[in-house]
Amino acid sequence: MNLTLRIWRQKDPSVKGKMVTYKVSDISPDMSFLEMLDVLNEQLIMDGDDPVAFDHDCREGICGMCGVMINGQAHGPQQTTTCQLHMRSFKDGDTIDVEPWRASPFPVIKDLAVDRRAFDRIIQAGGYISAPTGTAPEAHSMLVAKKDSDAAFDAATCIGCGACVAACPNASSMLFTAAKVTHLGLLPQGQPERNDRVINMVAQQDAEGFGGCTNIGECAASCPKGISMETISRLNHDLLGALRAGARPKS
Amino acid sequence: MPLDLFNVGEPIADTKAPTDVPIGERWSERKFRGRLVNPANRRKMTVIVVGTGLAGGSAAATLGEAGYKVKSFWYQDSPRRAHSVAAQGGINAAKNYRNDGDSVHRLFYDTVKGGDFRSRENNVHRLAEVSVNIIDQCVAQGVPFAREYGGLLDNRSFGGTQVSRTFYARGQTGQQLLYGAYQALERQIAAGNVEQHARTEMLDLIIVDGRARGIVARDLVTGEISTHFADAVVLATGGYGNVFYLSTNAKGSNATAIWRAHKKGAYFANPCYTQIHPTCIPVKGDYQSKLTLMSESLRNDGRVWVPKERGDDRDPREIPEDERDYYLERIYPAFGNLVPRDIASRQAKNVCDEGRGVGPGGLGVYLDFAEAIERLGRKAVEAKYGNLFDMYAQITGEDPYSVPMRIYPAVHYTMGGLWVDYDLQSSIPGMFVIGEANFSDHGANRLGASALMQGLADGYFVLPATITEYLADGPFEKVDDNHPAAVEAMQGVQAQVQKLLNINGTRSPASFHRELGRLMWDLCGMERSEESLRKALDRIPEIRQEFWTNVKVSGDWHSFNQTLEHAGRVADFIELAELMCIDALHRNESCGGHFRAESQTPEGEALRDDDNFAYAAAWEWTPEGQPPTLHREALEYEYVHLAQRSYK
Repeated sequence: MNLTLRIWRQKDPSVKGKMVTYKVSDISPDMSFLEMLDVLNEQLIMDGDDPVAFDHDCREGICGMCGVMINGQAHGPQQTTTCQLHMRSFKDGDTIDVEPWRASPFPVIKDLAVDRRAFDRIIQAGGYISAPTGTAPEAHSMLVAKKDSDAAFDAATCIGCGACVAACPNASSMLFTAAKVTHLGLLPQGQPERNDRVINMVAQQDAEGFGGCTNIGECAASCPKGISMETISRLNHDLLGALRAGARPKS
Repeated sequence: MPLDLFNVGEPIADTKAPTDVPIGERWSERKFRGRLVNPANRRKMTVIVVGTGLAGGSAAATLGEAGYKVKSFWYQDSPRRAHSVAAQGGINAAKNYRNDGDSVHRLFYDTVKGGDFRSRENNVHRLAEVSVNIIDQCVAQGVPFAREYGGLLDNRSFGGTQVSRTFYARGQTGQQLLYGAYQALERQIAAGNVEQHARTEMLDLIIVDGRARGIVARDLVTGEISTHFADAVVLATGGYGNVFYLSTNAKGSNATAIWRAHKKGAYFANPCYTQIHPTCIPVKGDYQSKLTLMSESLRNDGRVWVPKERGDDRDPREIPEDERDYYLERIYPAFGNLVPRDIASRQAKNVCDEGRGVGPGGLGVYLDFAEAIERLGRKAVEAKYGNLFDMYAQITGEDPYSVPMRIYPAVHYTMGGLWVDYDLQSSIPGMFVIGEANFSDHGANRLGASALMQGLADGYFVLPATITEYLADGPFEKVDDNHPAAVEAMQGVQAQVQKLLNINGTRSPASFHRELGRLMWDLCGMERSEESLRKALDRIPEIRQEFWTNVKVSGDWHSFNQTLEHAGRVADFIELAELMCIDALHRNESCGGHFRAESQTPEGEALRDDDNFAYAAAWEWTPEGQPPTLHREALEYEYVHLAQRSYK
């Protein structure tokens, strides 16, 4: 296949970026989207140009490091990660727009790479169960109903890629936060910190500058792991419960 | 063996395991005899931990909880990206929840045997003991392991064992375990006990007065190169499988930290022990950038076969039962499709070499679920393996529910790594190495679901208990940027970076990496011979020479420059590849993942030579142009009797 790519180029956060047009040829439909970008970058290096910076690592859809807007959709036309999108989803002669996640809490580092450490800070605010090493009781001393365990697992599969934020018209991180609140809140081990967890994680996502959730649902529609909007209902339910119980965010 | 390739140095031995007590008491005894550091003194000590996978993440969190000042480094944007995240199948533990005869001793025995009698008994026994605490710890953190309807934890089987001791979270066990460690780490970051260095790559080790005291690291965003000091340094930087270019490792996984520590004096043990995993999606084309694993757990229900006739290119669904060769079930009736990885891989290679391979180029075998779908129903198969089937469909464009999967072996894990003693301390005092980066527990072949076990054992339980013995002598004298050792390390790194940028040749770092990888796969891969290894050893110095005169790295080092990062890693892979070939050539026997064509039984199984090679080979770096020095650590088997491995 021969393709025209229009890619966001931005040297660093201090300068303005712009879309730049490139041509790539002989692209196999079996290539992944990132392998197609590799081809372009080899070309650019050989021409003495600056290759396009993009984040990636495992290239098997699980680390959450990759992620770009492809023709305006987070991770492109399939509900999967960018590294698992294959070129058979495109046609010979297509023009493809490639841009970074666009959200002010995810500042651009260079070209298509953005800084997503705001997500880590949301986890720091309460996305854990305090269980210092060596203190754990025997694993079978606590039973967990299979349906709770399965639902907790489904929420826990969030890979923190940021597609939900990029897809949301308000750049809300609600699906990301709700996935963690749901995962830990469904388990008996997660109960003691449940109120503080939700209050503090929500306060942190506000402090980072993520927008409010307006139930548009673009987040779930673009989530490569299929995290459901139900998690957001659960977060809201937990948040109300926590407020009623008198929990307040740590300042 | 001609001495032009290496010199032989003094033997080396582990002196830390208390061998005066029985093996079951050694770990408790070691913890008791080791000195402790009181809580007030812990606050005065800093520990650098490089890497945030299962080993590094759990170690940094645990040391932070204990009260040390921890500095944690990782090259990705978040600690949650570390490649442990991609481990699929599960984690072993000797809980005996299935009441099927499992025990600490059996896990110990299976692991020593699975490693083809090339691992250290004391370390493996400790691993088996600690395995049960790992499951408790992870459940307490909220890791959502698979459960049964009664609310108890579920288990499944893995290769090389006859019990069900593998705990799992669908096909994403590594992800869930890593998030447990990651969340514990983030909690310590928030508490101010761990200082974070995201997108920062270690480029050298700083040694002062014979002790590891810090690292030189480059901030990958700003390009700034700086020094970081501590009382001890822990490397948890993973394996070196990407020396083969194509592997199941993440693209960024690299050997730079361990290799540069090796060049500063850390011995590198058994570099030739690489694990080729039998069930990966076959290579499609030259553009391919990585290989994807299909979990070993699939062999619980999937049956491996090829057509009996060569060149049978019919649709697999049209090949009748009696014209199929379920070769693993035929050759190994006792273990069937669940033989260890090295054996399954080699047999796949054998049937493909016979011309019975399937798919493009004849480099593939079928992994067929038709019988399982018939027996269990599609829904049950979906619940067990759904995400793996989806991944397969996504990558190949084929539906594994209706057409058998095609699989082929690929590089997956490296059992070799930096040499460590029972305390996980390297040959450099004050530098500890944990997880896949060390060589300690898996011998010449790792069993499935044991990497996660080892990473978490090292990080949560072993290192935090053993490092106190070393730190009890601390805090050590303050060191800063002006110390001659720091200045020298810093200048060395800057000079190398500048040199890479100045060459301005005609080939990209990726093209060298690809060339090196193909050479290693062909000549030092699933089967090695004296001839192939000599050929590799002739060629690698030429690749290195060309790299250092003809690589092209654009841009500068004061900014985000991924080509520069890659170039530095490729330079190290080239040097490491040479040591791997020397090690493979010197080890004139077959064992586990190291299969020498010259050393096999009449049935084609690996033939060990215990009289001459029952040792770990610890290599010492010598200045460029001189051959490396071999230090042998004799492996003694008190509790497991050396035997020809049999899975028949």
